[in-house]
Amino acid sequence: MRTSHDLELVHVTKRYAGGAVAVADVSHLFVGGRYVCLLGPSGCGKSSTLRMIAGHETVTEGQIVLAGKEVAQLPPAKRGTAMMFQSYALFPHLSVIDNVAFSLKMKGVDAVERRQEAGKLLELVDMTKLADRLPAQLSGGQQQRVALARALITKPQILLLDEPLSALDPFLRIRMRAELKKLQRELKISFLHVTHGQDEALALADEIVVMNAGKIEQAGPAREVFNAPTTEFVARFMGGHNVLSLPQGRFALRADDVRLATEGAEAVVTSVEYQGAHVALTARAAGDQEVLVLIPEAIFFSDPKYPGDAVRLAWDASRLHKLSA
Amino acid sequence: MDRILKSNNLTGWLLAAPLLLVLVVFLVIPVIVIVIVSFWQTTEFSIVPAFDLGNYEFLFGSAVTYDVFLNTFKYAFLTWAFTLGIGFTVAYFLAFHIRSQTMQIALALICTVPFWTSNIIRMISWIPFLGRNGLANSALLSMGVVDHPLDWLLFSDFAVILAFVHINTIFMVIPILNTMMRIDKSLIEAARDVGASGAQILWNIIIPLTKPGIMIGTIFVLTLVMGDFITVRFMSGSQSANVGRLISNDIGLLQYPSASATSVVLLLTVLVVVGGLMRVVDIRKEL
Repeated sequence: MRTSHDLELVHVTKRYAGGAVAVADVSHLFVGGRYVCLLGPSGCGKSSTLRMIAGHETVTEGQIVLAGKEVAQLPPAKRGTAMMFQSYALFPHLSVIDNVAFSLKMKGVDAVERRQEAGKLLELVDMTKLADRLPAQLSGGQQQRVALARALITKPQILLLDEPLSALDPFLRIRMRAELKKLQRELKISFLHVTHGQDEALALADEIVVMNAGKIEQAGPAREVFNAPTTEFVARFMGGHNVLSLPQGRFALRADDVRLATEGAEAVVTSVEYQGAHVALTARAAGDQEVLVLIPEAIFFSDPKYPGDAVRLAWDASRLHKLSA
Repeated sequence: MDRILKSNNLTGWLLAAPLLLVLVVFLVIPVIVIVIVSFWQTTEFSIVPAFDLGNYEFLFGSAVTYDVFLNTFKYAFLTWAFTLGIGFTVAYFLAFHIRSQTMQIALALICTVPFWTSNIIRMISWIPFLGRNGLANSALLSMGVVDHPLDWLLFSDFAVILAFVHINTIFMVIPILNTMMRIDKSLIEAARDVGASGAQILWNIIIPLTKPGIMIGTIFVLTLVMGDFITVRFMSGSQSANVGRLISNDIGLLQYPSASATSVVLLLTVLVVVGGLMRVVDIRKEL
């Protein structure tokens, strides 16, 4: 599975001056040419990991290998990475085209040639018409496209995106994430995208890497991480899962795999929430366990339940996933 | 009545009234008085209200005026260049090399410590240091750098510029620091990310974004230096003159109309300079 554009973290640790550990001995192989999401709650070390790969944060211990080259000690621009910042960090005093051409200007490329090159990138992100505007005159989505073009003009092997969609409103976020995915497919380079939104990660990622407390909890294809969480943290963070304590151990069970039946575990309905396609019913079962049940709305309303009703919960034993932690 | 009180126009004027009153009484009226007096006639023993261009004719007819204005511009330019160099460096250090905000505030306050005493005292304190038998000369002599005391250290243009720079650098530091602190640190990371070196970041990102602060500091320093007379008098040992000293001398001789005429010309000169600067950089968005 290895390609020539792989990114590998080898026992990478980030310790701050005060002694706080942001990233603790993380090792992972990011296969080249894929869309990978680093997913986790705030403070889990995902941004620190990204910034270490980009070169904006020093690595305390360990190695970062990109395309067979150890890059941890190189300056950001010499690594083959490019970063897109959370707030886009466009230079406010430069026009769109000069923002995109900035890296070429730094290399000493003459004005005509660099503007021509920047024009191509603006075409790629569909911003040609606004080339002479200043960043302050652009909408959030347009600023993001410019930031993308500015990062891509350096011809990176891997594009690092730090919560790129968090500054956008919900509708734009969904549109821009489709564009990111499309762009990644066209460019065939790796995208490493940091996010705290599991829906964003599921929608975009070929591979999801879930982080918690400076460590990788689970990594794998999106469907695998969602369907077969290995730890309680992943099950709860991905959402839509129940974590059940049964005599045989702790298990994750998808909420839509639980059904109301005539036989099964006894429970009392505590709340009912209509969610459109589904109804989310919460019930309290033996041992004070809260169980979430997602029921297709047509089925629910053929026999509606109300808080206080006694119900029985059933599931296929094959749908239980044993949790290691 | 109710409707009049509720009208936005009236409340606006009422809110602005106190400031307007202060400005009219303490700025507009005095300036008008100066302009009026500048047209009056004087003899050795009397001042006569009139509309007479004699003061201006004398002013523009005298070679001394041009020398003194030239000297004023020289002081202003040199002081500006040095305060800008020092002020930018200090502000840059505070804004980008000091990581903790507490430390930044503490150091910025230390920059203001010299202001705890009057600037005349600060100026005079240079005299024992720079004098013929002062600290600087004794140190240089004992180190063997020079074999006879340097005369140009005190009561010279050097001393004037030194004192001006000493007194006015803070007016450069504070506005530049203020604009630098507002520069998003991720812009610098972004520049480094696309391959800019430290010097390229300084030239292409930090200086352009600091321009409004530089401009505000420039206006402070230029107006303060061009209007000054006491520094020039003390530090040059009354051997050099600027426009401020011309005015002060006239006042000492009770030649108020002549002093007024010089003041009006100086005021217009400073306004033209500041107006020119404002055209170069738009500082309004910083205020």
